Amino acid sequence: MSGEIVLIVNGKPHTVQAAPDTPLLYVLRNELELNGPHFGCAGEKCGACMVLVGAKPTLSCHLPISEIGRSRITTLEGLIEDGELHPVQRAFIEEQATQCGYCVNGMIITTAAMLWKNPHPTDEQIRAALDGNLCRCGAHLRILRAVKRAEKLISGEEEE
Amino acid sequence: MMAKQSRQGNSEGGRRQGRRGSGRREAFWGQLTNWLDDWLAINPDGTVTAFSGKVELGTGVRTALAQIVAEELEVPFERVHMVMGDTERTPDEGYTAGSMTISTSGTALRNAAAEARRVLMEMAAERLDARLDELTVQDGLISLIRHPQRKITYAKLMGGEAFNLEVTEDVPLKDSKTYTIVGTSTPREDIPRKVAGQPSFIQDLRVPGMLHGRLVRPPSAAAELISMDESSVAELPGLVKVVQRGNFIAVVAEREEQAILAAQHLKVKWRERAALPPMQDLYTTLRSQPTQDTLLVEQGDYETSFKQAARQLHASYYQPYHAHASIGPSCALADVKEDQITVWASTPGPYPLRGALAQLLDVPAEKVHLIHVEGAGSYGQNGSDDAAADAVILSQAVGRPVRVQWSREDEFVWEPKAPAMVMEVHGGLDTQGNVVAWDYHVWSPSHVARARSPEQLVAGQLLFGQAAPQFGFSFGAERNAPTNYSFPNQRVTVHYLADSPLRASSFRSLGGAENTFANESFMDELAAAAGMDALDFRLRYLADARAREVLKAAAEKAGWEARPSLHGKKKKMAQGRGVAFAWYENDQAIVACVAHVLVDATSGAVRVKRLVVAHDCGLIINPDGLKNQIEGNAIQSLSRALKEEVKFDEWRVKSVDWDSYPILTFSEVPEVEIVLINRPNQPALGAGEPSTITTAAAVANAIFDATGARLRQIPFTPERVKAALC
Repeated sequence: MSGEIVLIVNGKPHTVQAAPDTPLLYVLRNELELNGPHFGCAGEKCGACMVLVGAKPTLSCHLPISEIGRSRITTLEGLIEDGELHPVQRAFIEEQATQCGYCVNGMIITTAAMLWKNPHPTDEQIRAALDGNLCRCGAHLRILRAVKRAEKLISGEEEE
Repeated sequence: MMAKQSRQGNSEGGRRQGRRGSGRREAFWGQLTNWLDDWLAINPDGTVTAFSGKVELGTGVRTALAQIVAEELEVPFERVHMVMGDTERTPDEGYTAGSMTISTSGTALRNAAAEARRVLMEMAAERLDARLDELTVQDGLISLIRHPQRKITYAKLMGGEAFNLEVTEDVPLKDSKTYTIVGTSTPREDIPRKVAGQPSFIQDLRVPGMLHGRLVRPPSAAAELISMDESSVAELPGLVKVVQRGNFIAVVAEREEQAILAAQHLKVKWRERAALPPMQDLYTTLRSQPTQDTLLVEQGDYETSFKQAARQLHASYYQPYHAHASIGPSCALADVKEDQITVWASTPGPYPLRGALAQLLDVPAEKVHLIHVEGAGSYGQNGSDDAAADAVILSQAVGRPVRVQWSREDEFVWEPKAPAMVMEVHGGLDTQGNVVAWDYHVWSPSHVARARSPEQLVAGQLLFGQAAPQFGFSFGAERNAPTNYSFPNQRVTVHYLADSPLRASSFRSLGGAENTFANESFMDELAAAAGMDALDFRLRYLADARAREVLKAAAEKAGWEARPSLHGKKKKMAQGRGVAFAWYENDQAIVACVAHVLVDATSGAVRVKRLVVAHDCGLIINPDGLKNQIEGNAIQSLSRALKEEVKFDEWRVKSVDWDSYPILTFSEVPEVEIVLINRPNQPALGAGEPSTITTAAAVANAIFDATGARLRQIPFTPERVKAALC
C-alpha cells in the first residue's frame, strides 16, 4: 500500500508497511517492536503513549504516520545512549519512582523534554508539565522526587 | 424481607482460622502444598529458583518474596529468581488478593527456605565430616567455623537434584535480629527494565503468528443482538474473521490498527433495555432490595442503652460505584490448539481462571496452561480475566494465537466495579459524652465475584446469557464493618443484596474503605456532639497498646492540637484537620491518617494539602516498598474520595473515558508523610490495602473541622461541599 513512508525512530530510518493514516503508536509497538510507548486510552488523555517528536513530547495514539515527515522520533528506548541510561531514567530508578510502571514511559518522556527546555523548573511548573500524564497507582510523589533528582543529575550537581 | 441469620459471627471476614479452612475459601486461597520442591530449587549454577502461586500486580511482591527467600536460605538476593503464577510451574495459591501475599506465600517460602537450609546443613555436616554446631553458612557456602578452607556450596551438595521431602512443621527460623536482607529497602528488580522500555507487561508480549482481536461489545450489559452486517467490513484490509456467538462479537485481523478499524466499522444492531435504576435512585434502590443479613457483632444491650442515651445520633453514608481504572486496559493472549491451550493473562488468579476457561472451552483443566504476565496496576479485579476469555474464544475461532486488547471504553464499561454501598449508623451518648450505644448497618452486594466459572466472565455472559440474580456466596462487605472500639453496647449488621445493578467485584480493601469512611466519620460526629477532641475521643475506646501508638504517632507527626472541631465558621478559605483510625480486618495492619485541608467556601472546592499516615504491619520486609504502597494507597484513595463516581443512566454506563471518570492529577496531589512502626518480633502483615481505608474519613472530618459541613456521600465534589455548607 504505502511502503514509501519512512520514519526516523531513535536515530535510524525505518520503512514502514502500515497504511498512512495509522496512528504512530501501533507502528512503533507492532512493526518496530518497541515497548516504551504504551496503549492507554487512544484518546490523547493519559500520556502512556508519549514519544518525542523532535524535542516535543507528543501523544502517539492518534498521530497518523503520514503527518510526521522527517521529524525525528525518540522513544523511551531511544533515550539510552551507548548503553547508558538517560539521567531521567536513572533518577526514576534511584527514587524507585513507579508502582506498576505502565505510565512511567510518559512520565520520563515529559520530564526529559521539560528539563531540556527548562533545566530548573519550579515545583508548580513540574506539576503542571506532568498534569497530562495520569498515574493510577499513586506514584506521583516519587515521580516528583525523581524529577528533582534528574534535574540535579543533569546539571551535574550530584554526579556520582 | 429480612431473612435473619443471627449470630453467624465474623467467620467469612475472619482471618486466623478461616482462611485456610475448607470449601470455597480453600479454592479462593488455593491448594496448599508442603512439598519442598514445589517452592524451591537449588540450581547447579548456584542460583535459586523460588516458586510462588501469587503474582506481581505492580506492588513489588516479586522483590519482597525474593528478599524473604534470600534471607532465610542465606544466599545473596541477586541469586534468587522468582517464578510466579504459572500453572505448570508454581503452586496453586488461588488469588493474589487481600494483602495476603507476604503473610501466606511469604510464610510458605520462608518455611521452605528454612527447611532447605536445615537439610543442606545436615548434608554438609556429613560431607565435611563435622558436627552441625561446627558449621557456618554465608552466601550459599557452608564451611567449618574453625577451618574455613573446608567448605562446600549448596549447588554442589544438591548436584542438580531435588530435595524430595516435605517442609516439616515448626522448622527453626532465623532470628529476625540477624536479618541483613529482610528489612532493607532492596530496590525493585523490575524498575530498571520498565524505565528502559524492555518488555515487561502483557501488552508487550508477542508470539509468532499472532493475530489481533478487538471486541464489538453491546452498548450495555442487558442489550441483545438483533442483526449484524458482516458485509460492512468485508472490504477492509487485513480482516481475518468476524466472530459472533450469541451476543459476543469480535473481529480478528492481521494488524492491530486493522482490527480497530474493523471493530469501528462493523454494523451491528442491538436491542437495549432500561435495566438499571436511575442513578439518582441508586441508594434508595440498594436500601429497598431483599437482603440476607448477618449480625456480626452483638454486645451488651443496645436497644435499652440507646433508648436511655442522653443524646441520640443517626447518619447515613453513601459510596458510589468506583472503577479500578487501570491505566493500561486489559489485554490477553491465547493459543488454542487441539492438544494444548496456552493462555497469557494478567490475572490475579491463574489457577481459578484456568478452571473457568477450561469450562468455557469444555476441556479438562489440565489441558490449559495459564501463564501470568504482569499487567498495569489492577487493585482488585479489573477486566484481565475477561480479556483472557475473549482471547481463547477468538483463538479457537481462527486457529491461531490471538492477542486481545480492550479499548479504554471496554475497560470502563465492562470491568467489574467496586460496589455501591449504603452505611447507616446510630449512636447514643450519655451526659458525659461517653458512647453508650452503637448500631451499624451496611447494605452491599458481594464484593467478590471472581471468575471461577464461565458465567462470571463477560464472554460467558454474552455467550450464554446472564444468570438470574440469586443469593449465593457473598463476601467483603463485612470487612471493617466492626470497629476495634470498646463500646459497651453495640451491634453490627451486614445486609447483603442478591445482585448489583452494575457488575461488581473486588477493589482494594473490599468493603474496608467504605465501612471505615462511615465508622470514622460517625466517630467524628459523636466527638463533635460531645464537644471533645477527635483524637482523645478515639483513644478512650482503644485499649490496645499498638493501636494507641499508631494513632498517637500520626497525631504527633501531624502536629495535632487537642481541641474540639471548629465547626460553624465560614471563612472564604477555611483550614481544617481530621483524623481517622482503622485496624485492617480488625486484626491485621493498624493505620491512622490525619488530613489537612483547605476548603474554598465560595466554590466548595476542597484542596487536601497534607496526609500523614502512621502504619504498623508487624515486621517490615522492605521499608521503601512499604512506603511506596502507603503513598499509593493515600493518593488513590484520596482520588476516590474527592473525584470518583461511575456515572450511568437507566440504559448504560456513562463513565467511558478519563473525561467522564477523572482521577487525581499531579497538581492535586498532597504531600504524604509516613510514620512506619516496625515490629521485628511480630508477623509480617500485608500492606497493599490497609492504608487505603482511612483517607476518606480523615478528609471528611477535616472538611467538617474547617467549615462545619459534614460530607456523607463520596465523592466530596465542590457541589456537594457547597450544598453541605448551606
